[in-house]
Amino acid sequence: MAITREEVLHVARLARLAMSGDEADRLGGQLSAILDYVRQLDRLDTRDVVPTSHAIETGTPFRDDAVEPFGDREALLSNAPDRRDDCFRVPRIIED
Amino acid sequence: MANVPVYEWSLLEAARAVREKRISSRELTGAILARIEALDPKVHAYITVLREAASAQAAACDEEQAKGTVRGPFHGVPIGLKDIFCTRGVRTTCGSRILHDFLPPYDACVTEKVLAAGAVVPGKQNMDEFAMGSSTETSFFGPTRNPWDLSRIPGGSSGGTAAAVAAAMCFAGVGTDTGGSIRQPASLCGVVGVKPTYGRVSRYGMVAFASSLDQAGPIARSVADAAALLGAIAGYDRRDSTCVDLPVPDYLAAVERPVKGLRVGLPKEYYEGGGLSADVRAAVERALKVLTDQGAEVVEVSLPHTEYALSTYYLIAPAEASSNLARYDGVRYGYRAEGATGLIEMMSRTRAEGFGDEVKRRVMIGTYALSAGYYEAFYGKAQKVRTLIRDDFTKAFKAVDVLLTPTAPTAAFRLGEKTGDPLTMYLSDIYTIPCNLAGIPGISVPCGVSADRLPVGAQLLADSFREETLFTAAGAIERALPWRRVAPVEG
Repeated sequence: MAITREEVLHVARLARLAMSGDEADRLGGQLSAILDYVRQLDRLDTRDVVPTSHAIETGTPFRDDAVEPFGDREALLSNAPDRRDDCFRVPRIIED
Repeated sequence: MANVPVYEWSLLEAARAVREKRISSRELTGAILARIEALDPKVHAYITVLREAASAQAAACDEEQAKGTVRGPFHGVPIGLKDIFCTRGVRTTCGSRILHDFLPPYDACVTEKVLAAGAVVPGKQNMDEFAMGSSTETSFFGPTRNPWDLSRIPGGSSGGTAAAVAAAMCFAGVGTDTGGSIRQPASLCGVVGVKPTYGRVSRYGMVAFASSLDQAGPIARSVADAAALLGAIAGYDRRDSTCVDLPVPDYLAAVERPVKGLRVGLPKEYYEGGGLSADVRAAVERALKVLTDQGAEVVEVSLPHTEYALSTYYLIAPAEASSNLARYDGVRYGYRAEGATGLIEMMSRTRAEGFGDEVKRRVMIGTYALSAGYYEAFYGKAQKVRTLIRDDFTKAFKAVDVLLTPTAPTAAFRLGEKTGDPLTMYLSDIYTIPCNLAGIPGISVPCGVSADRLPVGAQLLADSFREETLFTAAGAIERALPWRRVAPVEG
């Protein structure tokens, strides 16, 4: 199944990946080949099969809802590409 | 040990020598750092070498030992870490531009455990970007080369760790395996690699690729070394909600147990089809003969859904990756694109510039497979087929104790040979992927050489939490098929 340039660009927008038309065309061919390959799964009848989301069923572990301060605030903030005081700075959020 | 250079000692020999004060940690660490300096310009197994930190750690270990304190079983011995494990204050890149300057504010559980065992960390080892690859060629920092033949790849994604262990640039290392990323490079580099049962080792602080498949494990030059290192990193950790609270057995004790009466299964699907090279097949048959000569029984078994494993994996892993990698947005840490005027533009350009081609390809597949209208057809379908693949193994382990297969269809291939076609590259993991989907443990142990004199590994798989069986069978193979453990690194 061939994926169109528009579909590739739509998925790229969902994935927040800036992409040129040329790149979308190249990737579209590769994605089509991979998706054609995985379509072999359609040969299997899985109507009555329960899906597996984790290999080892451990259930959901519970713990007390207790606050554990991390402590080293500066180590967290110092990785910021741009910061002001104790805040992460980003470009304008609401576009004109 | 007298005529063997220090850096070629096994992990256990080195640890014993420090404990018995026959060598200092400073000497041991100095030998490894010198080896890295001499060979790593050719091999490029390390992204970051921690010369000063490792020397300081070694000095501290010697000082403590002089006062009678020993931290743990590997006191003062250099053990490498794949650059996927967070190390507090030490750059952790995951092989990606997007994390090229990331300084983790905390240690991964594996890092904590390796340090608590007394190990000195000589550096952070190269890997495919975000562990996505089978050759270490997708690393932003450039490829690692196979120490047995520098024109070839070491496998991947833990290629840096496998190459460093094979070239004696550390005594052992810890890698991660999502679809074969410990076992396949171990096979291609002639070392031992273990993918433990899902939940056996904590994933806390290990950069996430596909969370339902990722697992950390040891890479070492002997089965005993791998067993001892797994013992040190396994165990419950409440910070990983999938980590299992079961006691950690004495894995080392399993290595020399007899294999008499062990039921060894040969899954016929792994030996059919044209992809398996003749020399790999012959080497694995020699490993089988070792086991049968020592009284193991052979049982032919069938894992009928094997042919669907690769497709299942290439939907589930990218889907989980596309979700896990959403966090790299240029806001709180890592790379940020310059000059964007709005937030969405900043994020989209950051990710376009920060991720390499293979990561983008998988994020795109995953996003597509999870997007409206396709979820059931792709991701939902793959989760159901995953159940069928898991059930195949459950049935097989009623009849056998261990499965014996090739680890990879061929020995190491050449740099650039498979980078042009993603699907061909993905086929390198055809024998290792089903194990991750089922969550069971696997090991790769050297069992011979290819026509080109390159190492070949045999893979053993056991039921969940039966790592001891793997060490027993692999130990027997190792003792009967001795292998020149340290690569010469020529050329």
